[in-house]
Order: sequence, then C-alpha cells, then structure tokens
Amino acid sequence: MKNENVIEVENLTKAFGAFKAVNAISFEVKKGEIFGFLGANGAGKTTAIKMLIGISHPTSGKAKVVDFDVYTQPEAIKRNIGYMSQRFALYDDLTVQENINFFGGIYGLSRKAIRQKSKDSLVELGMHEISSKLVGSLPLGWKQKLSFSVALLHEPKIVFLDEPTGGVDPITRRQFWEMIYKAADQGTTIFVTTHYMDEAEYCDRVSIMVEGKIEALDTPKNLKQQFKVASMNEVFLKLARNIE
Amino acid sequence: MGISLSNIDKSYKKQIAVRNITFDVNPGELFGLIGPDGAGKTTIFRILTTLLLPDNGKATVAGLDIIKDYKAIRNSVGYMPGRFSLYQDLTVEENLNFFATIFGTTIAENYDLIKDIYEQIAPFKDRRAGKLSGGMKQKLALSCALIHKPKVLFLDEPTTGVDPVSRKEFWEMLKRLQKRGITILVSTPYMDEAALCDRIALIQDGEILAIDMPQAVVNKFPKDIYNVKADNMYKLIQTLQRYEHTYSVFPFGEFVHYTDKRVIFKTAELQQHLESSGLNGITIAPTHADIEDAFMELAKK
Repeated sequence: MKNENVIEVENLTKAFGAFKAVNAISFEVKKGEIFGFLGANGAGKTTAIKMLIGISHPTSGKAKVVDFDVYTQPEAIKRNIGYMSQRFALYDDLTVQENINFFGGIYGLSRKAIRQKSKDSLVELGMHEISSKLVGSLPLGWKQKLSFSVALLHEPKIVFLDEPTGGVDPITRRQFWEMIYKAADQGTTIFVTTHYMDEAEYCDRVSIMVEGKIEALDTPKNLKQQFKVASMNEVFLKLARNIE
Repeated sequence: MGISLSNIDKSYKKQIAVRNITFDVNPGELFGLIGPDGAGKTTIFRILTTLLLPDNGKATVAGLDIIKDYKAIRNSVGYMPGRFSLYQDLTVEENLNFFATIFGTTIAENYDLIKDIYEQIAPFKDRRAGKLSGGMKQKLALSCALIHKPKVLFLDEPTTGVDPVSRKEFWEMLKRLQKRGITILVSTPYMDEAALCDRIALIQDGEILAIDMPQAVVNKFPKDIYNVKADNMYKLIQTLQRYEHTYSVFPFGEFVHYTDKRVIFKTAELQQHLESSGLNGITIAPTHADIEDAFMELAKK
C-alpha cells in the first residue's frame, strides 16, 4: 500500500429535499488499499457510491476519484474505475468468452489486448475449459468471480464492489477474497461493501455509515479496541444500535 | 403438526434441482435450511407449500399430504417467499386486510400474533407497499404471512441482503413466534444464522450434507483447527496453500483457519516454515471450528 490517495472526499453531501441521504462525509482511500464501506440498509452507502463513480451529482462537498473531480470529470472517472454490483451484470445468453470480448470492447481494449487478458483471466479463474459455456448456466459464485475479472479487464485504478459475495457459498466466497487480495497486492484499490462481518475483518480499513454520516473509520483492529469488543460484528451492532 | 419429507426429487428438464431430500421438522421447532444460492432451498419451499409437484417422494405438512391435501395445506401454512410478493400498489393496511380476507379472517381476530411486528410499521399504514424500505417490506410480508394464524411458517431467505442489525432483530421476532407454538422452516445463505436454529440441514447442489443441531454439526469437524496470522494475509494464504502438509487453508476474519494433514502437528515447525518464507508477525493458536468450517469440509466430499 502506497502513501498516495486515490480517493479524497470532503464534506460530500447528497440531499433529496430536506432529507440528507449522505451528510457531509469525509475520508481518503490509499492506493492498493482494501477499503470496507459498511453500514445498515438505508444508511446511505449506495447514494455515496453513486456519487463516487460519477453517476450522481453531489449536492455539496468535494470528491476526487483517481485525480478526477466528481462534478466536472465524471466520464474520466468511469473510464478509470471498475464496478461490480450485487446484482450480476454479465449477459446470461452470451458465453464466458463472449462476455469478456464484449466488455473488453466496451472498455476500448484492442483485440490483441482482449485476447491476452481473457487468456490470463480464464486460466486464473480455472474457467478455460468452460469458456464456450453460456454464463447463465454457471453457479452464482463462478459468475461473481468472472464478473470481478471483467471489472478488472481495463486495469482500473479502483474497483468498486457492491456486496459482491451475497448468497455465495463459503468456499467460493473465500476464493473471491483471494482474488481481491491479489488485485490489491498488485496496486489496485478495492472499495467494497458487504453484510458479512467476517469480510470486514479482511479490509485494511473500514468505515461504518449510520444515517448518512460516517460514524467510525479505522483499521478493524483499532475499531475493535475502541469499542472494546472481539469482532467487527459487535462493533457494527454497537454503533448501529446506539443511534436510535 | 410438523413437516416431513422423504426421498423428494425434483428436476427442471435435465437440471436436477434437489435429490433424495429426507428430513423431519418437529412440531414447534425452528429448523434452518442452510446453503448458498442455487442449493435447492426454494425448490423445497415450493414443494412444501404445494406450488410445485415433486418428481418422486412423499411429504406432509402439519400432518397433511402435499398432493392429496394441498388445499388444506394452503389454509394452514404461512409462506414468505424470497422475493417481495405483496401488492406494491396497495397500502400497508390494504395488503394486510387483503390477506386476512383471503383467508376468511380479520386483522382484529389475530392481531395479538402480529402485534409486535406490525406496530413497527403501523405509522406507515397508509403508505404504498412499493414505497417501503427493505426492512419495512420484510416486516409487512411477515405480518401478511401470519395473519391467518398458520400452524407452520415457511420463510425463504428472509434475511438475504439485510444488514447485521436488522438480521438480529428479525431472528428475535422468529424466536418470539416460535414460543407461540408455530413450527418454522427458514432458509438462509448466512451460515452464522445456523446457530440460532434448533436444528439445521446443510444443503448444497440439491443434496443434504448434514442434519443435526448446529453445535453437533460443528463438533463433528474431524480436524484440529488453528488460527494463523501474519502481517501480509495474501502472502500467508499463498504460502500455506503451497505447504506440503496443508490439509485446508481458508481466510476467517482476521485469521486464516489452518488444518494439517499429519497426525502429529507441531506449531513450531509451521512457524519456522512461515518465517523462512519471509513472513513477519506470525501467530499460531488453536481455535474451534465454526459452522462454515463444517460446511466446507462436508462440501468437499
């Protein structure tokens, strides 16, 4: 992890009428960091992510993602990040290979680059023998691993993962995290949301949003010390419970 | 008045959904069907709620046969499907009224059963169901599934995608319902919720891996487990995966769960191996298996 910020957020706010879905949040994320972005349903995570990936205009505050301003350069942001949502977003009616070709094309990769990249990804995923299978026929966990590889095709500086492992079996969930570790090890910044609190422990730092605000932000170790508990699950329960 | 399945098979065309499913849920029991997406949980629910015919096998719900007595079953069970399936254009109160009327009852008649759940959403009773938050939808769906005072309650992944706080509250509601004598079959992909059930069936790829009390499933884990930690998790996992004596290695929160192939395993030896591989800040300590360890071990076979 390098001492170089790839996300800088200051007092970022999104209001819908009088309601502040995101209320003046501030934080930085470093290059190669695995940053966990947690919060209860309705805490404002998705609204915040939408602003960071350049698809929602903030009401006020500042945010820079990969050196680009969220107000003035949202298109540049989109080209420099990867995004994977909790809902599987590949095409079920295309084969594994066709999906890779398609998204490689969308990201503007050359044919040669796509060929090389897809070869590497398929070997890493252990999917080279099933590259001509329809994606719709694969188990969810495989789809999610493929989806992550596709989000990395254009070598983005940051990947946003929105609940990537929901409903995935425990073995594949862990294989997925090994892929995350590997990408982070190679310098890709990972911005991830999850409802699995054991996964929060895998993050370098974790922020917890409660009702539009960031109520805690630190390493899992420090958060556990701060709240005097043994697990991130308890940290989460304590924080979200106190606000009522 | 429980649930009984014996040798249930179901395929969709050539795709096997569930195979040879046999288990019993005792009257008044809170029974968990634990497994990932695609394991076959929803198929089992649809068969038991008489929405789908099995290819083979027999099943009864509250003493009623799922084929012969399907109409009687529909009157005596509550079903909360995985997808929100209330009327989005009706208000909260209209939905509840609708389901009460369908079952020939009134909200007033069984209000005490749903009181502590419905009270939480009552302030929004004039809001359309489609405009509710996820947590409120879930509470309304549960209220609708209970309004006719069912003997058996089926809940298909009620907590999927729900944050840990709301999940905890939901399970507290289930425990209170169980005390009212309702038999509950609930499915979840969150393995940590297994511990909250009286008994569980672990299921993967359409087959049951184990049926027992949650602690008993965990106790059957055949190996000694160690918590291993180092300053570089990714390198630690890679090093352990290549280590010749490794039986299994899986990340678990801040640690890696490690099991060794050998009968006699010395932690000092592993420590030395990790140090010589360039890892720092190593700790190795015995720990207990948890439900995910058990699931992964069973799923391997």
